[in-house]
Amino acid sequence: MATTTGTAQPEAMAEGEGVRRRDFIEIAAVSAAGVAGAAVLIPLISQMAPSKDVLAESTTELDISAIQPGQAIKAVFRKQPLFVRNLTPHEIQQAEAVPIDTLRDPQTLLERTKEGHGNWLVTMGVCTHLGCVPLGAGEGENRGEFGGYFCPCHGSHYDTAGRIRKGPAPKNLEVPSYVFTSDTHLVIGQESA
Amino acid sequence: MIRLIGFFVGVAFTVAVLWAFATGAYTAATEPAAPTAEHEFHRTPRPLHLASDGPFGRWDLQQLQRGYQVYKEVCSACHSLKYVAFRDLAQLGYTEAEVKATAASWTVPGIDPVTGETNTRPGTPTDYFPSPFPNDIAARAANNNAIPPDLSLMTKARHDGAAYVHSLLTGYQDQPAELLKKFPDAKTGPGLHYNPYFANLNLAMAPPLSDDQVTYADGTKATVDQMATDVAAFLTWTAEPSLIKRKQTGWAVMIFLVFATILAWFAKKQVWAPITPKRPKKD
Amino acid sequence: MSFPWAKQYEPKAPLMRYLDEKLPLPRFLYNAVGGGYPVPRNLNYWWNFGVLAGFCLVLQIVTGVILAMHFAANAGVAFNSVEHIMRDVNWGWMLRYAHANGASFFFIVIYIHIFRGFFYGSYKAPREMVWLLGVVIFLLLMATAFMGYVLPWGQMSFWGAKVITGLFGAIPIVGEPIQIWLLGGYAPDNAALNRFFSLHFLLPFVIAGVVILHIWALHIPGSSNPTGVEIKSESDTIPFHPYYTAKDGFGLGVFLIAYCLMVFFLPNFMGHPDNYIPANPLSTPAHIVPEWYFWPFYAILRAFTADILFVPAKLLGVLAMFSSILVWFFLPWLDKSPVRSGHYRPVFKKFFWVLVVDMAVLFYCGGAPAEEPYVMLSQIATAYYFLHFLVILPIVSMIERPNPLPFSITEAVLGSDDKAVMAANATPAT
Repeated sequence: MATTTGTAQPEAMAEGEGVRRRDFIEIAAVSAAGVAGAAVLIPLISQMAPSKDVLAESTTELDISAIQPGQAIKAVFRKQPLFVRNLTPHEIQQAEAVPIDTLRDPQTLLERTKEGHGNWLVTMGVCTHLGCVPLGAGEGENRGEFGGYFCPCHGSHYDTAGRIRKGPAPKNLEVPSYVFTSDTHLVIGQESA
Repeated sequence: MIRLIGFFVGVAFTVAVLWAFATGAYTAATEPAAPTAEHEFHRTPRPLHLASDGPFGRWDLQQLQRGYQVYKEVCSACHSLKYVAFRDLAQLGYTEAEVKATAASWTVPGIDPVTGETNTRPGTPTDYFPSPFPNDIAARAANNNAIPPDLSLMTKARHDGAAYVHSLLTGYQDQPAELLKKFPDAKTGPGLHYNPYFANLNLAMAPPLSDDQVTYADGTKATVDQMATDVAAFLTWTAEPSLIKRKQTGWAVMIFLVFATILAWFAKKQVWAPITPKRPKKD
Repeated sequence: MSFPWAKQYEPKAPLMRYLDEKLPLPRFLYNAVGGGYPVPRNLNYWWNFGVLAGFCLVLQIVTGVILAMHFAANAGVAFNSVEHIMRDVNWGWMLRYAHANGASFFFIVIYIHIFRGFFYGSYKAPREMVWLLGVVIFLLLMATAFMGYVLPWGQMSFWGAKVITGLFGAIPIVGEPIQIWLLGGYAPDNAALNRFFSLHFLLPFVIAGVVILHIWALHIPGSSNPTGVEIKSESDTIPFHPYYTAKDGFGLGVFLIAYCLMVFFLPNFMGHPDNYIPANPLSTPAHIVPEWYFWPFYAILRAFTADILFVPAKLLGVLAMFSSILVWFFLPWLDKSPVRSGHYRPVFKKFFWVLVVDMAVLFYCGGAPAEEPYVMLSQIATAYYFLHFLVILPIVSMIERPNPLPFSITEAVLGSDDKAVMAANATPAT
């Protein structure tokens, strides 16, 4: 900008120092506009992030006393399905019998449950492939070839520990953070009690 | 042609509106509008000064907590606060545990997870303040046919909101003898209460506050005026929890803008310097 | 552009040369608001308001699109969704206040822009088309603002929608069916709220389109200027960039200071408390008024209180209100004086200031309750309003003797001193 003005103007030519100061003021003014533009972006972008009421609903409390061994329930955690399954001793045994190094996403059942509550498998009901809800939590639903969960969208099979065994999904069903507040009460979404 | 048509249209509108003026003036002269009691006895709120006022305003958290206590122990019997959630109380300086505890002290409508029937349960931080009445009809039936308005936005929904709340709560009085003399028909009806700060002077709400009605945890003496001030402060917060953040953001924005505008002024001067004619000043 | 000395866009970087060949958008901008648009060198700060109006349009579209991400256009939840924006959405309070006050500032800027046109005769040939398009923009803006005010679904929203659509009810015979058709019901409800939301979202983009036409039409004769004397030579003009970009930058700073003061410190000053009460179809607020920017026209509407012969007062009021803006369309042909600028028209200048006072009175009365003395005051003011445009202006333009005009813009700026003119001509043809 400065270069287009006043090059032929005797006053401006008189001292080279003046030209540099002029440049400085104009650059500063344009930079200030740039800073303002960048600052305005902060609210414009952050308004799309979860609002306070959405963030406030980030824990779910559950009473699991009514779930019999072999049964599972579907709950809702952060607007997504959550599976809570009471494993039978047979299912636990099945899961523990699998050699870890044969798994796509190696994890033991013990790592996926809480100490002292080894029969409670709490996972997200969201297939790690493309986010469909797998079958197997409802009564009489197809539990897949490994007796856990089966995702009908693209045929992913999960075992009784919710681990991926067959099909396109890359990861085991996600275990959210949760705590047992008592033997029959869970708080999902909380790191510690 | 346009001007000719325009001329006649203009004259027509002028004649019409002046005719209306003439008839209006005639009516005003022959039958002057009767004065009304509201017109002569309604008063604008007395000034109220809160810590949150002005460009440098701050929340007085102690006062907001006292105001919350007044709302909880007095107002909430009839008035809802439906846009405020218990989690918001954390902004009044309560800890997470205190918020949980105070939320649990409220009873909110719920659904039995087994039978699906409606029931009630203790509140959690994500719940909103419950309404004291299940619906408008119940509210009307319980309150002499007047629905107690929701208070969340009260201080924004009236002129001079906080001052209005304070003046109204402290403004109950006997109907002035002068008023009755001048407007014998304007006697406050049964079930109504005279209050010069209310728009039509007669309010269905009975005077809600009396001295020492609540016991403040911080030892402040609970006079009617104190409680009215505190609840007005609390309702200022409920109406706009972002009030103070707004003013603080405003200061940052203003300081930047003034700086940037001064810079823009000098930049403009620089750009224009070569083509601005220099005239010798005459003084 | 028509001036032969307008600078030509010369892309230097290979990428810009490629772009210029395939999609000459940079060239278009250069010729519209860059160095390629020669502008009279003597524009004063009243000429900043066109760019400011453009800024307001962008501001309203950006904040509006964002608010639409959180707003729910349903009578049951619209009010709640606005409170959700105010309380829970990140920075939602700021975005909503920016949009609400942005509407008010848009009108402040537009009114100044229009009155600048009145005073400096910007509506006169060869710029009639610029003026006509401007009036169209103003009408669209009023429609958009009205529908936007309905969306929060507060008391004023609801009753505003009811009263304004009620205006159409004044039309004989078809009025009532039209009113019901506009609302999609007998009173404002979901149907009305949804269509107003849809149109409120659409119209700003229509406005943006007409704004492009407005600027296009302006660039054919070039900008007017405070002397009203047409451009005669290169020394009368300077390129838009950097001169007017710098001046507009400063003007924008001053505008933003005023605007942000309102947004951050008095955000509800130009609103109405009743709109923080959810819409209630069973209870009308004691004193209903539209948003402040409609007050003059609202005052004209209410000024007609008496029937004339077979024409009911209601119809007269509605006709007068619409005519009060429609009359602007005919302004270029009502004022035939060959002199544009009010500076050189002594009689016109006096009446111009009377009009300013008259508008101020109409503003004041439109916001006041429908009581005396406001009604009588607005009746006098309304009479002057129509007389001014339809009777006084045409007559003044015929009989007035204008003061002598400067020979050229350069002369107006530098004086007729030969040396100064020479110096100016020696300035680089930037």
